[in-house]
Amino acid sequence: MLKKKDIVNIGDISNEDIFKVFENASKFKKKLSKEEKIKTMDGKIMTTLFFEPSTRTRLSFESAMHRLGGSVITVSEPKSSSASKGETVADTIRMASSYSDIIVMRHPMEGAARLASEFSSVPVINGGDGSGQHPTQTLLDLFTIWEKFGTFNGLHITMAGDLKYGRTVHSLIRALNRFDTTISLVSPESLEMPDHIISTLKNPEKVIKSKSLDEVLNSSDVFYVTRIQKERFVDLNDYAKVIGSYSFDIDTVSAMKETAIILHPLPRVDEISPEVDNDPRATYFKQAENGVFVRMALIDMILGGE
Amino acid sequence: MSEEKTLKISKIEDGIVIDHINPGSAMEVLSVLKINGKSGFTVSLLMNVRTSKGNSKDVVKIEKKNLRKKELDLISMVSPNATINIVENFVIKEKFNVSLPETVHDIIRCQNQNCVTNAKEPVKTVFTMEKKGDKLLYRCHYCERTMTMDEIRNSITK
Repeated sequence: MLKKKDIVNIGDISNEDIFKVFENASKFKKKLSKEEKIKTMDGKIMTTLFFEPSTRTRLSFESAMHRLGGSVITVSEPKSSSASKGETVADTIRMASSYSDIIVMRHPMEGAARLASEFSSVPVINGGDGSGQHPTQTLLDLFTIWEKFGTFNGLHITMAGDLKYGRTVHSLIRALNRFDTTISLVSPESLEMPDHIISTLKNPEKVIKSKSLDEVLNSSDVFYVTRIQKERFVDLNDYAKVIGSYSFDIDTVSAMKETAIILHPLPRVDEISPEVDNDPRATYFKQAENGVFVRMALIDMILGGE
Repeated sequence: MSEEKTLKISKIEDGIVIDHINPGSAMEVLSVLKINGKSGFTVSLLMNVRTSKGNSKDVVKIEKKNLRKKELDLISMVSPNATINIVENFVIKEKFNVSLPETVHDIIRCQNQNCVTNAKEPVKTVFTMEKKGDKLLYRCHYCERTMTMDEIRNSITK
């Protein structure tokens, strides 16, 4: 039951609720494809507070609320808000929760969403907190995998790229590890999955560190690729070396299973070559599109009462 | 071995004796209790005393001192094997071992500088104990990062 619930990390959502989200997301996807009008959130207001830049998450949340018949209030530029005058997150949230029925927040500090949920009188959804968690991205990642394979059990998932700072993989590994999956991690040594994430896993023995993409190319069902940020490297030559080892081009993709899929939370820079976009295994744009349906399902379940 | 033979300082009338402190950690215990020369307490301190089992320990005696829950938690984190003796009229009225708390409120400062508890927010830190094999960790309720016992000791005795 997600009614009136805060969604701060993926642990806040049971496996049963994950599948209910999928069911509802599929339902909304069908309705929208038939251009059916949905009014379940008529009269409800969502506040979006993004203290950090966002394109997809913000747009898809706002689109989801509008598509459900609700409305959105927002701060267009956090620098112009009271946060820039030194207002605490706690005070901002107290105020925003009195203006709306649900709050979506992204903040550069880890734990900000948990704090917000404690000061809010309405449900808070974490839209990303520093390098912490990004649970709704995980839901749409899972939904995209589930749409393709119909299950998680028996799947081999490879996560590649920046596994240290990439919050999407921090949430995703926790969720996938709750199912009977095998997870391979491929990253430069300096950007490995942190121990404080591995230590939360129910089945850490199902997670394997791989030295290179070559080891897992022909055995993985899902490749989850994340952006390696240039600014993480002091020496740009090191970046150049690393990006070469973790990028996907048409040759890499041709070595994969025919049935495999490539996901990426986007934006991608150098890690997936644009020539891959037309390959049927490239699923990242469909994944981004799914963000709206999944977030519609989530909002509807939190405020609607399923 | 009698206390008179083992300890080289006199009994106290009222107060606490913190016994079986890890050898060399007595100063850290005093530090987390915020007891220094200016706090007014009469304090006796023994370091590296030989025990009857042939090991070493530190002992701290503080006169006219009561311990609060938070102070017991702090002692347990510096020296998990310490025992507390509450003395009244030269008699030990109560004796117990400290135990590491399952949940710690407002004691540990999160070492993750980007944790929201290190910003000017009106919240106190909360950490929860986790056991991973023989390793003990405390996890921040907010940022969900973990700290080892060594990291916690360094943090609270600074």
